[in-house]
Amino acid sequence: MNKAGKALIELRQMDELADMESPVHSIHALIKLIVTITYIVLVVSFHKYDFTGLLIMVIYPLFLFNLSGVPIKTCFYKLRLIIPLVCMVGVFNPIFDREVLVHVGNVGISGGVISMITLMMKGVFSLMASFLLISTTKIDALCAGLRMVKCPSMLVTLTLLTYRYISVLTEEVAIMSDAYHLRAPGQKGVHYKAWGSFLGQLLLRSMDRADELYNSMQLRGFAGEFYYADRKRIGVKDIIYLIVWVGIFFFFRYVNVIGLIGNMIF
Amino acid sequence: MHMADALLSPPVAIVMDCATASMLALSVVKLRKDDSEQRLPTMAVTAALVFAGQMINYSIPGTGSSGHLCGGMLLSALLGPYAGFLSMSVILAIQCLFFADGGLMALGANIWNMAFYGCFVGYFLIWRPIMRRQSNSKGGVRGKIILASILGCVITLQMGAFSVCVETTASGISDLPFGGFLALMQPIHLAIGLIEGGITAAVLTFVYQARPELVKDAQIMDGGSKSKHALRNTLIVLGVAAGVVAGGFSLLASSKPDGLEWSLFGNAEDGYSENMGLDEEKYGVDSGMKDNAEAVQDKTSFLPDYGFKGNEENPAGTMVSGLVGAAIVAAAVVGLCFLGGFFRKRKAHAKTE
Repeated sequence: MNKAGKALIELRQMDELADMESPVHSIHALIKLIVTITYIVLVVSFHKYDFTGLLIMVIYPLFLFNLSGVPIKTCFYKLRLIIPLVCMVGVFNPIFDREVLVHVGNVGISGGVISMITLMMKGVFSLMASFLLISTTKIDALCAGLRMVKCPSMLVTLTLLTYRYISVLTEEVAIMSDAYHLRAPGQKGVHYKAWGSFLGQLLLRSMDRADELYNSMQLRGFAGEFYYADRKRIGVKDIIYLIVWVGIFFFFRYVNVIGLIGNMIF
Repeated sequence: MHMADALLSPPVAIVMDCATASMLALSVVKLRKDDSEQRLPTMAVTAALVFAGQMINYSIPGTGSSGHLCGGMLLSALLGPYAGFLSMSVILAIQCLFFADGGLMALGANIWNMAFYGCFVGYFLIWRPIMRRQSNSKGGVRGKIILASILGCVITLQMGAFSVCVETTASGISDLPFGGFLALMQPIHLAIGLIEGGITAAVLTFVYQARPELVKDAQIMDGGSKSKHALRNTLIVLGVAAGVVAGGFSLLASSKPDGLEWSLFGNAEDGYSENMGLDEEKYGVDSGMKDNAEAVQDKTSFLPDYGFKGNEENPAGTMVSGLVGAAIVAAAVVGLCFLGGFFRKRKAHAKTE
């Protein structure tokens, strides 16, 4: 299957996950967005050697995966995109930072190794949090939430329209790629002589499609903004969800629970 | 070039988010002013097309490998800088949310690195100046499209890669020295830029041949079309220059005394003359007021001597100070402009009453 086909499957999968029903899915989109951003900011703000302090933050994604029923393996598949740059940056830490910070038995662990592991953990945790946000929230609900905080209608409408059209055009690209490769077996990509015409043809058709789309939207009374039939209000349950999670995050950020437990035992 | 959240510290990410939000707001205001809301479907379909176009593998002649399109320059050449910037931002947001390509907190930095340079720097400083040069034939315009696309993609990708290095170093994430990081990032992105430039040029020349009206500024000029230096262009050039000076050159500035300091105290340690030969410690007037002022300054300055407190050796601290300083000054200027507009409106309102 070509890249476009795989992207379509991923998109559909995310839509299906967001369509599920669970206590997490029923929380207001704006509240989930605020909780997610707070979590990411606090996770990233941990010191590069604070491995034990950071470890406890795994509770949030694990609890939410459990509560929402979203499969964790789908999330790990997405790590392939962000891990390379994180690794490229982190892999030099053990080379440049060789000061031994911790001894485990006779083995000394350098600061560089700890900071590399912490960096990877930060990458994985923050990715899990944003994955959980979008796999438990429909894009329409998220956009409606953004409108509640006065995000410009132009930006929100553009996001919704683009999202809808991505599936249409990606499907066309998938069909075109398959057709091209069936006629050019063994060729790795589109030949340089067809670079312009391959995407250019689709672009010309898409521009005509955009005109037709605009005309049909105008006939239905479109005046620059979409209207949401059931704009959900923020309830008591949502406020409690926000306060509890944000409270837990700040507690874990400033109290090293794992260190305290360790001190109690040793 | 999509950065994960882990590669940025919260202060750097927030500065980049604010910078990007201000550019988004500017774009929305500009498009509303031009009554471009009717172009939303065109913007959405073109953005979706660029997103889908990124999935196509293009074989690179003579190498056996393949490259793909990024789209910033393509969007600004088709839609203009403001609509292009909004569309590219939406693509990056969707990639971040649905494909985990780039972090949510780092979205501002990613939009800045990939959309700002491609759409604004690429359009105003590369695409438009080249396209407005005199040409009498379709072949001439095609040549200009090819030149502008390749130059635009190479330069804006280099700027994006440079920004990634600056942002990561300023965040203190990596122990890799800034120079080493640059040496890793810039050559890779030079190759990527050339390939992307080639693909963008091929698509745009194809579109120009079929429907010339779809490509911005691609009309045949009969001469005498010297572009004027509009205030907007000047402001953009000044803004970019200020960013480069504040962020990049503050590294150099940190260890050298400024002109006034140098003329008074000299820099004998570095082999310069002593000039007025004054002792920096003893110079000045001793008074209780001076001590109090110093105590207040020490407590209030969160970036003393343009570096982080207690970490004067760290060049990243100096650079962050430069960027934060520039951001604060920019915010103050914008605030003053808003205040000015607010009072002007009130005055006009009072007059009509």
